[in-house]
Amino acid sequence: MEWLSQLFGSYWQNVQMVGWTLVKIIAIVGPLMIAVAYLTYAERKVIGYMQVRIGPNRVGFWGLLQPVADGLKLLFKEIIIPTASNKGLFLLGPVLTIAPAFAAWAVIPFDGTMVLANIDAGLLYVLAMTSIAVYGVIIAGWASNSKYAFLGSLRSAAQIVSYEIAMGFSLVGVLMCANSLNLGNIVLGQEGGFWHWYFIPLFPLFIVYFISAVAETNRAPFDVAEGESEIVAGFHVEYSGMAFAVFFLAEYANIWLVCTLAALMFMGGWLSPLPFLPDSILWLFAKMAFLVFFFLWFRATFPRYRYDQIMRLGWKVFIPITIVWIVFVGAMMQTKFDYLFH
Amino acid sequence: MVFTDFLFYVLATILLVSASRVITARNPVQAALFLVLSFFTASGIWLLLQAEFLAIVLVLVYVGAVMVLFLFVVMMLDINIDKLREGFWSYLPLAGTIGGLMAIEMAMILGNKYFAAAPNVSRPAAYSDTAAIGHVMYTEYLLPFELASVVLLVAIVAAIALTLREKRESKSMNPSQQVIVKKADRLRMVKMRSESEVLPNDQADKGDAA
Amino acid sequence: MDTINTDLFISMPEITMLSMAMFILIIDLFLNKNNRMIIYGLAQMTLFAAAYLVLSLNAFAIDVAYNGMFISDPISDVLKLATLIGASIMLVYTRHYMQLRQMFSGEYYALFLFAIVGMMVMISGYNLITIYVGLELLSLCVYALVALDRDNARATEAAMKYFVLGALASGMLLYGMSMIYGVTGSLDIGTIAERLKDAFEQNPDFIHNPVLILGLVFIVSGLAFKFGAVPFHMWVPDVYQGSPTAITMLIGSIPKFAGFAMALRLLVFGLAYLVGDWQDMLLVMAVMSIAIGNITAIAQTNLKRMLAYSTISHIGFLLLGLMSGSLNGFASSMFYVSAYVLMSLAGFGMILLLSRKGHEAEQLDDLKGLNKRSPWTAFLMLITMFSMAGVPPTVGFYAKFTVLQAALHVGFIWVVVFAVLMAAIGAFYYLRVIKLMYFDEPVDTALIDAPLDMKMILSLNALALLVVGLMPQGLLELCGVAIATSLPHLL
Repeated sequence: MEWLSQLFGSYWQNVQMVGWTLVKIIAIVGPLMIAVAYLTYAERKVIGYMQVRIGPNRVGFWGLLQPVADGLKLLFKEIIIPTASNKGLFLLGPVLTIAPAFAAWAVIPFDGTMVLANIDAGLLYVLAMTSIAVYGVIIAGWASNSKYAFLGSLRSAAQIVSYEIAMGFSLVGVLMCANSLNLGNIVLGQEGGFWHWYFIPLFPLFIVYFISAVAETNRAPFDVAEGESEIVAGFHVEYSGMAFAVFFLAEYANIWLVCTLAALMFMGGWLSPLPFLPDSILWLFAKMAFLVFFFLWFRATFPRYRYDQIMRLGWKVFIPITIVWIVFVGAMMQTKFDYLFH
Repeated sequence: MVFTDFLFYVLATILLVSASRVITARNPVQAALFLVLSFFTASGIWLLLQAEFLAIVLVLVYVGAVMVLFLFVVMMLDINIDKLREGFWSYLPLAGTIGGLMAIEMAMILGNKYFAAAPNVSRPAAYSDTAAIGHVMYTEYLLPFELASVVLLVAIVAAIALTLREKRESKSMNPSQQVIVKKADRLRMVKMRSESEVLPNDQADKGDAA
Repeated sequence: MDTINTDLFISMPEITMLSMAMFILIIDLFLNKNNRMIIYGLAQMTLFAAAYLVLSLNAFAIDVAYNGMFISDPISDVLKLATLIGASIMLVYTRHYMQLRQMFSGEYYALFLFAIVGMMVMISGYNLITIYVGLELLSLCVYALVALDRDNARATEAAMKYFVLGALASGMLLYGMSMIYGVTGSLDIGTIAERLKDAFEQNPDFIHNPVLILGLVFIVSGLAFKFGAVPFHMWVPDVYQGSPTAITMLIGSIPKFAGFAMALRLLVFGLAYLVGDWQDMLLVMAVMSIAIGNITAIAQTNLKRMLAYSTISHIGFLLLGLMSGSLNGFASSMFYVSAYVLMSLAGFGMILLLSRKGHEAEQLDDLKGLNKRSPWTAFLMLITMFSMAGVPPTVGFYAKFTVLQAALHVGFIWVVVFAVLMAAIGAFYYLRVIKLMYFDEPVDTALIDAPLDMKMILSLNALALLVVGLMPQGLLELCGVAIATSLPHLL
């Protein structure tokens, strides 16, 4: 350590800060990757049981090593780059998809102190990051130089842009209640038992947020971007091997992200549901897992929406609902029922 | 050099390079993507200035929404790149002169005593950029803010008035009606006598008569 | 809470207009096509209500609202009243035209009212941001209205040209504003004037600050673009000709009130200390506008195009009044703009009167033998043309006279001589219209079909040109008092 600090001289503090931050990033991304891997396993198991099958059960005990086997398989596969594609952008697509999915975790508080960057406009930052994710899809679809991929990326981009509005509006309700854009403060605003959580006064916004989140992540029943029965696999039809795996990882990382956000903003984050129980990060994990389960459940239950129905739902149902509820909350805050919304 | 200075120079270099690539890129899609990159780095520079709200909103609005639609259009259009670039070099002197003039003008303003670089204001720890902007927006600048919302309303009305065509010929379905449909709406039970066997010729004759 | 109440009180006319415009948008949803007259009635009522509010709420007092963003002074009261009356007249003229062309829709009235709000904000804006937002509100509505006739390729082209050039002009204006802000450190017009005054008193050389002058150049260019003054006039003829006549009337008449107010606020209220600089700029533009407008109009065969060039020359005269930089000059300019709007309403009203379904009556030849078809219409057109040309008993003469007098007072003798000469050349093409009406055989013999209210208002409008020309004192005094009470520091 001594010689290191001498080597960098006056920059030692900066270097230390960067190094420490890197360690923290690894501490977040590492478990996240494992969570993502096992989400794929959970999905196959859960849907399997819902369809009265067993699901993966060959690799390892109960099939627990299945994600590892899948990862290894994809790792050793060749990445085929179509001849007429735009090579640089073709490879940039997956990177741009996964980067925001990870970057958004920078401001997520896991409990009162455990957060990489405790910034004031955390909520806006998360929204900004999730809005960038659409570029990966667009670029991948365009650079593949394939009609299916292009159609898929256009569908997906229009869908993400549309649902982002409803999603943003439903978060406006949260920040009205919490009086802050800082995710930690938003959680702390819900202290004192589950009846203080924001999903009660903001129930319509919670529902809109959650369904929009499903649409944002291009999950069933809003998965027209992949639409394997119509456009094969949508925007990532030309991708193979690890490049495909990155899209896959990004999709599941995004699921975890939106569920975490929902848990933080509507369900009290790491706070315990009953005041006499201790607050703990485990509560957050439980809430995340609970919400993620819904994603799997939806996939097993609902048939795919038609494209015009998706647009109709987003623009003509969700956005009006959110606007009406924001006005309602704002109006109620001027009355003596103010306390219900804080 | 402080760490933030180093970051600034890195971001500024990326910004300048990507901004110049916007106009020199051969492919319009790439040009649009370079524009996205320059927005992104510009927001990074704003972050360095501790204007976090502006930085994030720049990404949220321009990168997340405006440029996506822009890319949409650029991708859908079949743009002939060579034709677009025709006369690039012949226009360059004029464009360069105008650009240079603008740069000089900017320099003149920046050199003015009323607009010198602002002193480094140290802000209290609890200072929130977002709250401060929100505060002036709803007090001092209330009128222009509300008027701007009217401008947006007009934009919506105008866009709809100019594009919405009534009486579409296509048949459309109403999903809510589709969903609430009951068996009784679609299915009609008809009592029929059980069919007796008729000679094929006979039946054909009857059909003609009817 | 009290200040916000005062603010709301002062801006009540605008608030009324806005709420009614939105109300009309919603009501329109629930009306079927045959009941659109309700919308028309509502729009007219809105204009009257706003006019009543302008008159009744502290008229002729100077009030500042919204932290100095908004001012209500005699100038704004008079100009807003004139705008609202003009708008009301315009609605009467355009109703039949729009009905015949499937454009009689709720959007037309909503956008129209929003445009009027934009004008009112420009008139009352006392902050660079407010003025700019008002201008954008007006422009955006008008761009959309020009393109409202969607299947008309010419209208779409006109809308595109107008939009692109208008956006350019807005950009220039904004760039100029940013430079002024850079130098003075304020967006508030009053503060800008004060800072310039202080700086000037400390150091008289300050007004030669290059950034300040550059900002002024951009602001004046932006203004000239919006006015359509030479050399920024290229959009005017194309847009006038391409737009549906009803919308041409909207572009060519009442927004000039707002433009005049904006010029006054920016140049006189804000940058009065730079009078030496903007005087020169306006002078050059005024002289060129008068010359090019009048000379080019002679070559036109399209009535709307001719009126476009005529507008350019009128703008030249208007700038001549502003240019003189005296209270007298501003008052004469205000008188001129009122007279001009009255004339252009009558002129475009006449084209609307003569048009019918499938026929626009916009060629000069369509006016041939109008006297034989309808002597009264021909007579009204005669008054309008005389007034535009500036023939004595009409208001056009008096307007030109006062403007030239104001210019003469500050010593621009050669400019005045030149302007008179050009006006005489300009008289040629106005008189040609009269010759066509009275001495040629009709080409088009269809009956003139228009609703009674339009005929009556149009007759009153044209006769007003004569009446105000004979008795201009009232209007002149009104303009003089409005300017003098709003600009006391210049006395």
